Amino acid sequence: MLKIKDLNVSINGKKILKGFNLEVNAGEVHAIMGPNGSGKSTLASVIAGRDIFTVDSGEVTYMGKNLLDMPPDERAKEGLFLGFQYPVEIPGVSMINFMRTAINEKRKHYGLEPLTGMEFMKLMEEKKKIVEIQSKLTNRSVNEGFSGGEKKKNEIFQMAFLEPKLAILDETDSGLDIDALKVVANGVNALKKPDNASVVITHYQRLLDYIVPDFVHVLYDGRIVKSGSKELAIELEEKGYEWIKKEAGINEKAESTE
Amino acid sequence: MAAAEDSNNNLKELAEKDYKYGFYTEIESESAPKGLSEEIIRYISKKKNEPEFMLEFRLKAYRHWLTLKEPDWAHVDYQKIDYQDLIYYSAPKKKPKIESLDEVDPDLLETFNKLGIPLEEQKALSGVAVDAVIDSVSVKTTFQAELAEKGIIFCSFSEALQKHPELIKKHMGTVVPYTDNFFAALNSAVFSDGSFCYIPKGVKCPMELSTYFRINAANTGQFERTLIIAEEGSYVSYMEGCTAPIRDENQLHAAIVEIIAHKDAEVKYSTVQNWWPGNYEGKGGVYNFVTKRGVCEGDNSKISWTQVETGSAVTWKYPSLILKGDNSAGEFYSVAVTNNYQQADTGTKMIHLGKNTSSTIISKGISAGYSNNSYRGLVKTAKKAINARNFSQCDSLLLGDKCGAHTFPYIEAGNKSSVIEHEATTSKISEDQLFYCLQRGIDMESAIGLIVNGYAKDVLSKLPMEFAVEAQKLLAISLEGSVG
Repeated sequence: MLKIKDLNVSINGKKILKGFNLEVNAGEVHAIMGPNGSGKSTLASVIAGRDIFTVDSGEVTYMGKNLLDMPPDERAKEGLFLGFQYPVEIPGVSMINFMRTAINEKRKHYGLEPLTGMEFMKLMEEKKKIVEIQSKLTNRSVNEGFSGGEKKKNEIFQMAFLEPKLAILDETDSGLDIDALKVVANGVNALKKPDNASVVITHYQRLLDYIVPDFVHVLYDGRIVKSGSKELAIELEEKGYEWIKKEAGINEKAESTE
Repeated sequence: MAAAEDSNNNLKELAEKDYKYGFYTEIESESAPKGLSEEIIRYISKKKNEPEFMLEFRLKAYRHWLTLKEPDWAHVDYQKIDYQDLIYYSAPKKKPKIESLDEVDPDLLETFNKLGIPLEEQKALSGVAVDAVIDSVSVKTTFQAELAEKGIIFCSFSEALQKHPELIKKHMGTVVPYTDNFFAALNSAVFSDGSFCYIPKGVKCPMELSTYFRINAANTGQFERTLIIAEEGSYVSYMEGCTAPIRDENQLHAAIVEIIAHKDAEVKYSTVQNWWPGNYEGKGGVYNFVTKRGVCEGDNSKISWTQVETGSAVTWKYPSLILKGDNSAGEFYSVAVTNNYQQADTGTKMIHLGKNTSSTIISKGISAGYSNNSYRGLVKTAKKAINARNFSQCDSLLLGDKCGAHTFPYIEAGNKSSVIEHEATTSKISEDQLFYCLQRGIDMESAIGLIVNGYAKDVLSKLPMEFAVEAQKLLAISLEGSVG
């Protein structure tokens, strides 16, 4: 589904990703962990198509297509979803209007008729249940006046709505209390299907108590330095990132694939 | 880097993009010779078979105009107009009767179809009475029978001059006298046509009254006049909207709108203005120098202006209100969009004369490209206007870093009991907001449309329903390609 080969990315001349490799297949859940500044959010942004970053070299294929050639909105229409670490507020634009625009643009992309108002509202009620989102939130402007937890729930709600093939969740767990964390995790688990995949980017292991990954990768200094099963996440939680840093330092050229 | 390249591509795309309503309908026109003189004014008046008082009014206005100098205090810059190089009268030659659509010039119907406002649909679906003004002469008036039953008069200005000269004579020029300003004097001398609306005492107009303006012949100044009179206890919602075809020469538009609301009357005036703004480099395009003013003559009367301005190369207008009656209220809701090299200097004046008068101003400016958008407003409370209240909110939104937004608020409080509040903000459309929309599969232009419409929501929500939908589309179209 997603293949990243030797990806090098910089911003304003500063190298952030340095020979990054990753392969994600349908039905899999990958967790990418790593200390602050290792390049986790950059990775998410580049995959989603944020143009403030420069791709210096490398290949990214998504569903057999060259992802780097696709504009960000096309990536989204083709089923790529990014759950933002800091969801932005859009004053005056109601959630209903926003989601209706998004879903109908996607339908147009696939040659489908736009949803009628009735169909849309019905779908919305269904999806709300998945993330236990309250009606008042969908009646408000996009993320405006939402608490941190509500913003993150809203991301999962949008994900449920858009039914992505590949979801990348960028530190969706940061700033969440345990109840909100559970809601977010339940949402992700409920949406798991054999033909879709997700990449969960996180700093802490605790989200992985609720979302069980098939693979765990450790990102350090712009590349994956270690991959393993969910036990790796537990090990990281116990030992911290220091030993990884040391290991990476010793095996300077070590590069890991899954 | 990628972003810079993208914005270049966007600029290029924009330059190549045609004005959506930039088509030109070939209707045979009958025009006056170029230039302005007493002779021309007599020609216009004769052509229109006007009563004697009208000709005299025009000539007085013309003689006064000759003594005036073109003002230059607005924050706009444009090529000087050669008033002797304009045609002051042009009327569609075939003047159809208004019994049925079959008798209307087929080219004209085609124009309406391109605009997406076919009259038959208007009639059948929306219940909007349309008084369509093309090149200064009204061609089509609908729903008159239904309105006539209630004693409402809604017709072209020329028709009103023939049928109700006493009403015109009594009210015309009482709100905007020809001595008011340079362009008002010019309009008063040469105005060609416009709309007239009279709501008798105690009558609530049962439908939205609507006029579509459209400038059509090359190099023809458009001098419209609108007069709305709401008698005691009456109510009317009046809408005006327009689009224009591509022209090379600058087109001058200097209209006058006068509104009079008597005791307990309410007038809602809404306009969506989308005149040809000039090409990408700012060449061509309409000069829109308009004088709009209403007077809340009686106690408890209310007038509101709602405007969505997306067009014109240069816009210079301040729909204003004189709050004369005690407890009278005035409202001004405005969205002004400028893109490319467009310039807008717009705002309002609220003159509080009566006791307990109140006014509300909400102005949302949106600037993109190399454009300049200025809000200029005056709130004045007279000595006798005790307990007058005003609230003003002026927001500016910038798209890109080559455009400008300016706010010039003037406040003159004439007594101690007045409360005047003014709030202003300036913000930029953020890359983060745009990217958020893109990531949800919403393309750049729809994303800008969404964000801008969200920003302007407070004003758009004041528009009548059918107009609001049109206005939302217009905002999105006006800003196409404006963010890289």
